[in-house]
Amino acid sequence: MGQPEQQEQQVAAKLEVTQTTAPPVGFSPTEADKVFDAKNVSIYYGSFRAVTDVSISIYQHEITAFIGPSGCGKTTVLRTLNRMNDLIATARVEGDVHYRGASLYHKSVSPTAVRRRIGMVFQKPNPFPKSIYENVAYGPRINGIRGKRQLDEIVERSLRQAALWDEVKDRLNKSGLGLSGGQAQRLCIARTLAVEPDVVLMDEPCSALDPIATGRIEDLMREIKQRYTIVIVTHNMQQATRVSDRTAFFSVLRDEKPGKSDTRTGVLVEYGATQQIFEDPHDSRTQAYVTGRMG
Amino acid sequence: MAVTAEQAAVDLREPSGWRRAKNQFATAAMWFAFLCMLVPLGFVLVTVIAKGASVISWQFLTNSTVPPNILPANVDGEGAAVVGTLEITGFAAVMAIPLGVLGAVYLNEYGGNRPLARVLSFFSDVMTGVPSIVMGLFIFTIWVLHFGYSGLAGSFALGCLMLPIVIRSSYEMLRLVPNSLREGSYALGATKARVTVTVVLPAAIGGIVSGALLAVARAAGETAPLLFTILTVEATNPNLFHGANTTLSWQIWENAQQPYAGAVARGWGAALTLIAIAFILMIVARLVTARFARYSR
Repeated sequence: MGQPEQQEQQVAAKLEVTQTTAPPVGFSPTEADKVFDAKNVSIYYGSFRAVTDVSISIYQHEITAFIGPSGCGKTTVLRTLNRMNDLIATARVEGDVHYRGASLYHKSVSPTAVRRRIGMVFQKPNPFPKSIYENVAYGPRINGIRGKRQLDEIVERSLRQAALWDEVKDRLNKSGLGLSGGQAQRLCIARTLAVEPDVVLMDEPCSALDPIATGRIEDLMREIKQRYTIVIVTHNMQQATRVSDRTAFFSVLRDEKPGKSDTRTGVLVEYGATQQIFEDPHDSRTQAYVTGRMG
Repeated sequence: MAVTAEQAAVDLREPSGWRRAKNQFATAAMWFAFLCMLVPLGFVLVTVIAKGASVISWQFLTNSTVPPNILPANVDGEGAAVVGTLEITGFAAVMAIPLGVLGAVYLNEYGGNRPLARVLSFFSDVMTGVPSIVMGLFIFTIWVLHFGYSGLAGSFALGCLMLPIVIRSSYEMLRLVPNSLREGSYALGATKARVTVTVVLPAAIGGIVSGALLAVARAAGETAPLLFTILTVEATNPNLFHGANTTLSWQIWENAQQPYAGAVARGWGAALTLIAIAFILMIVARLVTARFARYSR
């Protein structure tokens, strides 16, 4: 068992991950504002190392954007933050992920309890084949809330937060699948907010939406960040500059070792205040990406 | 709108030649196949209705005494067989459908690639191909030899027959439930059991019900597994757990072998009754499916 691990470490040394973690402009968060603190996280699918040695701290009441080319592991990192990768049988996480002082991957931690605090909105809107009301009430229900009046209240509040209430208040009993793409995504956001999570993870929430629907969801994100912490994966760099406070740029490294077929692995190249990442990137790869010369 | 120069219309018809011919040939072939399929289906239905409808009466359906073969068709009735079919098939369904659906849930949601799941999946496929009479013999040796003929033994045999069909059809339906729905539920903090009960099963229920009722209809028409398990009786036996019993399929099989006009007519009548029961079952299935599927679009 010792030998392959050693080999992996050698590979990691060759990959030369350079990271600059500049503090965001005009705001210096304290230890208490840290929501996530990941140290040297590597994520494997079977023997394939999807992400190598990521260390990142995410702060509360901020919007943190993950950007980078396809296959760089942004989504994989996002999914380790609420243990969604547990659902993939071959996935394995090495390193330390702390969430508000607790080790997320400790044996005693229940993934269910984690996901109740850390919600997720997916790339493709995935409303349940239930009524709009039942879609939003689903989360509170599985958390044990039964009272009709209380549920009504939560459904209305969540739909209002998601800026969907006025469009659907007269058809709460209609199927959630009858909504347009943008409405369905806002329904999924409402569904996530209904359980009052601490963190909302968003995996390219606007990639299937038109600019108007995207704009609405961005407004929504800015509004709810007072109460929630948001981490968003996006392919759209303009979106990152519009909504995020901090940006993490991920990239793909290729290990040129002969005889291995797929040695691509994702690394965190640079993490800092969004303005700094886009206007004064410290790493040449970041600069190449944000100026459009690569990716 | 006065147009100065006539514009020559573009030819937007299907290109002539080989492609058009292929299209026409394929269309004709499909219609031919459709009509070929209608012939046996229509022939069976028309024959059964033509020969069986004249015997059907309230008395035929409910009179509990099955008359001796030699008597004409308007004496006594097949009530015993109607009751037998309903209770034996019904109890088989009560045993096999929950078990089969749970088995499919295990295979698709929990089993993954575990050896137990692969073995189960393999043997349920093998069981689908086991001739129904073998199921009857199996129950005969492990049950009837020790406890005697009864409707229950028949239910066991039919249940064994239904189980693999229910497992397979439910499994295919569960597989169609998109993973994104499961993830949506997990992301709200649901446990695996919760996800399965509140999201996966409701999303697949329409197909599961259809599959289960197809299995019931198939089992209701089986005779071979019942030959060794229920024997037959001449009077209604409402007790499923004790004593020999009879079913419509048994009555068809027995009466069809007789030279007497009355017996043959009773056989056709029993056949029509069985088809009617299957028909009613299918309508119920459609209604149930529609009820569950009202949010699926």
